[in-house]
Amino acid sequence: MANPHGKNSEKKCTVRLAKAADIAQVIAIDAENTGLFKDEYWQDLFERYNNRTAAPDDDAPLKSANRYRFFLVACDGDSVLGFIIGEVRAWEFGSPPCGWVFAIGVRNQIRQEGVGNTLFEALCDRFRKAGVYKVRTMLARDHTVIMSFFRSHGMMAGPFIELEKDL
Amino acid sequence: MKLQKATRCALFAILELAAGHDRQLSANEIAEKYGISTNHLAKVLRSLGRVGLVEAVRGAGGGYRFSGNRRRTTLLDIIQLFETIDPIRNGEREDGDDTAEGKALCQVLMEIEDTARATFASLTLDTMIKLVDRNR
Repeated sequence: MANPHGKNSEKKCTVRLAKAADIAQVIAIDAENTGLFKDEYWQDLFERYNNRTAAPDDDAPLKSANRYRFFLVACDGDSVLGFIIGEVRAWEFGSPPCGWVFAIGVRNQIRQEGVGNTLFEALCDRFRKAGVYKVRTMLARDHTVIMSFFRSHGMMAGPFIELEKDL
Repeated sequence: MKLQKATRCALFAILELAAGHDRQLSANEIAEKYGISTNHLAKVLRSLGRVGLVEAVRGAGGGYRFSGNRRRTTLLDIIQLFETIDPIRNGEREDGDDTAEGKALCQVLMEIEDTARATFASLTLDTMIKLVDRNR
């Protein structure tokens, strides 16, 4: 009988702030997942998220001005296995400060091996250290794989609703 | 939003059976816990058996056990066996739908249908069982 729990073995990895040398691998992972090479976009994100302070390795002090944005990578040695990006946002639409996750990606061949879970937990830990106790994200309604991932971490619909119109 | 009786029976049965590895329960045991008819539940379990989500265990102490994949099976997979949660999206039409008012109403109802569908499609049994545990 198939394993009804469907669990795969966990991939060992370490999580740290992304460095400039990681970005090419992040771009490759994103391209694997989306089919698009967005070099400039990822370089710009890195500059805005991790390159604002003098020492991008410094993941310890969570001074509000320096460390409320997190661009993290999960690594096995020099190999980047996945990434996650989030930031603490405050008072948008009346919401008290909370963590926002707006990008996550894992190499296709190691899906379901726990790298995404490790990245998400690492980002949540940093949000807690930054003083927030709520995490949010926004997803395409038909992107059920990623939505299932966030739901597996206990995320439920929040009190906000997204609206849009053609311009 | 309200689910049909057969759908609720199916969801309760699956959540019970999938809650533990190789868990085996009789239709009576499940029916008693949820206050539902054993006959009705037996029919529902046969439907779930036909699609490979449960299997009957014969003999003394027999019953049913979950035979699907907890991390792959979603609430939508089960619900769709018994009912359509997005009838307008699936082309069902009612009187007045061709008027401007009817079209506007369909547009609003489809928005609700799409959200319901996305919610059910993103909840795996594994996640649902964790949610059940948090409610104990």
